Amino acid sequence: MKNRNGFLTAGLALTCALGALILLGFFWTPYDPNAMAAGGKFDGPSLAHWMGTDNFGRDIFSRVLKGAGATTSIALATLAIGAVCGSLAGALTGYFGGPVDELLMRVNDTLTAFPNILLALVVISILEPGKKINVIIALGLVFVPSFARVTRTAFASLRDVNYIQSARLMGAGNGRILAVHMLPNTLPVLLPALTIGFNNAVLAEASMSFLGIGVTPPDASLGYMLSEAQGMLFSAPWYAAGTGLVIVLLVFSVGLLGEGLRRRERGVL
Amino acid sequence: MKRKLVALLLLLGLLSAVLCGCKDGSADKTPEDGQTSGSNEAAQPPAAHPNEITVGIAQDLDESLDPHKVVAAGTKEVMFNVFEGLMKPTPEGDLIPAVAESFEISEDQLVYTFTIREGITFHNGAPVTAGDVVYSITRCIDPADAGVFRIDALEMVERVTNVDERTVSIRLKEPSTELLSYLTLAILPADYDGQDTAPVGTGPFRYVSRAAQDNIVLERFEEYWGEPAYLDKVTFKIIENADSILVSLQSGAVDLFAHLTSTQTAQLSGDFNIEEGTMNLVQAMYLNHAEKPFDDVRVRQALCYAVDRQQILDLAFDGYGSLIGSSMYPAFGKYFDGSLTNYYPHDVEKAKALLADAGYPDGFSMTITVPSNYQPHIDTAQVIVEQLKEVGVNAEIQLVEWGTWLSDVYTGRQYQATVVGVDASTMTARALLERFNSTAGNNFINYNNAEYDAFFQQAVTAADDAAQTAAYKQAEANLTENAANVYIQDLADLVAVRKGLTGVRFYPIYVLDLAGIHYEES
Repeated sequence: MKNRNGFLTAGLALTCALGALILLGFFWTPYDPNAMAAGGKFDGPSLAHWMGTDNFGRDIFSRVLKGAGATTSIALATLAIGAVCGSLAGALTGYFGGPVDELLMRVNDTLTAFPNILLALVVISILEPGKKINVIIALGLVFVPSFARVTRTAFASLRDVNYIQSARLMGAGNGRILAVHMLPNTLPVLLPALTIGFNNAVLAEASMSFLGIGVTPPDASLGYMLSEAQGMLFSAPWYAAGTGLVIVLLVFSVGLLGEGLRRRERGVL
Repeated sequence: MKRKLVALLLLLGLLSAVLCGCKDGSADKTPEDGQTSGSNEAAQPPAAHPNEITVGIAQDLDESLDPHKVVAAGTKEVMFNVFEGLMKPTPEGDLIPAVAESFEISEDQLVYTFTIREGITFHNGAPVTAGDVVYSITRCIDPADAGVFRIDALEMVERVTNVDERTVSIRLKEPSTELLSYLTLAILPADYDGQDTAPVGTGPFRYVSRAAQDNIVLERFEEYWGEPAYLDKVTFKIIENADSILVSLQSGAVDLFAHLTSTQTAQLSGDFNIEEGTMNLVQAMYLNHAEKPFDDVRVRQALCYAVDRQQILDLAFDGYGSLIGSSMYPAFGKYFDGSLTNYYPHDVEKAKALLADAGYPDGFSMTITVPSNYQPHIDTAQVIVEQLKEVGVNAEIQLVEWGTWLSDVYTGRQYQATVVGVDASTMTARALLERFNSTAGNNFINYNNAEYDAFFQQAVTAADDAAQTAAYKQAEANLTENAANVYIQDLADLVAVRKGLTGVRFYPIYVLDLAGIHYEES
């Protein structure tokens, strides 16, 4: 393939840079993200505090690093649950078809009919709010239907193509056909779905924390920080700007990556 | 996919525009502030504006405005201007006669005789008679109308009788020093049945109209018995969205807004004065004495020493708020003992020593349960968590919804520590201190101290006021010495008032008195 894939390059570069920063945040931050300082409330961005300080005098940059880590890990865990369960359900129903397929897909449709956040709220209130693991489970469940639908379509379309039938004639078992012959060929659909899913998960976590049901203070997460920043929009605009910028960058870079992957796969096919 | 690229670029452009907008906004502010104080607005003669104001309130009133049916504190706060009882609270925390002109107490303290003020009338022009007073009081003792709340404390009343047109006598089953504080209940005309929608009382303002979800209008009552209100008209504007509060003040739509946070007032321009009162709450980290390790007085004292309360005020409340040292707030003048406030100065070393003494040289872990709808308490808890780290106590915040807090923490007593504010329902020390009796139903910290029970009993049965006050103060000191809770502060009640207006009065209970508010003479 000759054409240069600008999306992929830019997406990879940005994602790696952000990923490195977030990884760094797990081990080191310029300041203790929870340390408060009465003297330094609402300081604007400066060399000492790149993104300024918040209402407790905490360094926003340190909190953004930690918060982005929390948000990303929640998003990844959510994605893992959603993608694994969704793909499994989608692959099996798409491959085997039949009444079970019909039934599962109608349940799927019903779940899709609910707004995502609302569904997550219901699940969380059942599970007991205030725990990170419950946020992950709730969001993960919400993400199952979209993955199930995407993979089901991909597997159903491959079910009757010639090379699958040949494989079947040669005596390959269902498991082998699904894993070895079909899965690699659904990647062009799955990979972009994963990147889009990641972005949705980041935004979903942000919305949940914004509504006050994600992480518990004093822990930081991008959404929680954004909701705090909202009340101080006039006295500390940099708080909302810095936090919002990181969310935008995160979603933007992974979006670029997804678009790049999609283009590459389309080129290959 | 050019379209997508364009869309992305547009998004970035939009974003940068928003960010630049933010920057511009903050940069513009300073010159603007300078201008308003100097030029045209200040030059305007005060007489140019009509003698009325608009007051913002954060929630709509109850459906019924009948004062005996009202539940919400936000409604009582507004209707305080419309209704009065035989007695009326003052900003100093005393009770003065209102509808009554004077009263006498019999030798045996069992019969109270009230003389109704001469010439006093309701807003509808009808004179207030002894029959109206008897009707109003009995209505709260033994509610016949649906929706009227029974005042349980008035069970001490044996009967209420009208001696003549202007005299009412109340006979008690046993002597009580607290009857008067309950006689602040509103006096209503007996033969009027429109209280729900068109309330009629005797207060300095009369009710004019109401638009649900939008506003309530009051006008000055010209025949008021006391010092009349200054303003001709007050409009209460309902602004439920917290984000709109600042905008409505800045735009001039609202002249006065109470119960703001320091974060909100910090964002107001120079057009407003910020008046500071108190919320009349005992904010503390309440500890469950039935849970280990809080059953050990040394652990509780260590926590008191470990928490730096002044730093809490500085960090979370911009320095506003009044420190307290026991279950009593300063606005309750005569019951408040200021010497208890600094009983536990911030002292990390002492805290560590006490913890080591109690068998926790390396500290311990605990959970602080906080209702998620009260940001001030969440902020306080965040600072406490940081401060406790210094003495090795690893605290974790658990946010729960208000309903869960009520059922699990308050009623169920299943918690270790919680940061909340406890208020007084009536203007008596009893309302704040009764809960710490070992057998009290609302003793949610499981406080069990025989000495305290004795002090409280002594206070309730005291023959005269001085003895009662002394006993209550001893009870307060008992709470402090035993470090019953980590007492923090009475939160500041910040009121934004447009410059040129003055006369905000703060009370030891939750009311918004508008009678004294007026435009300054220049």
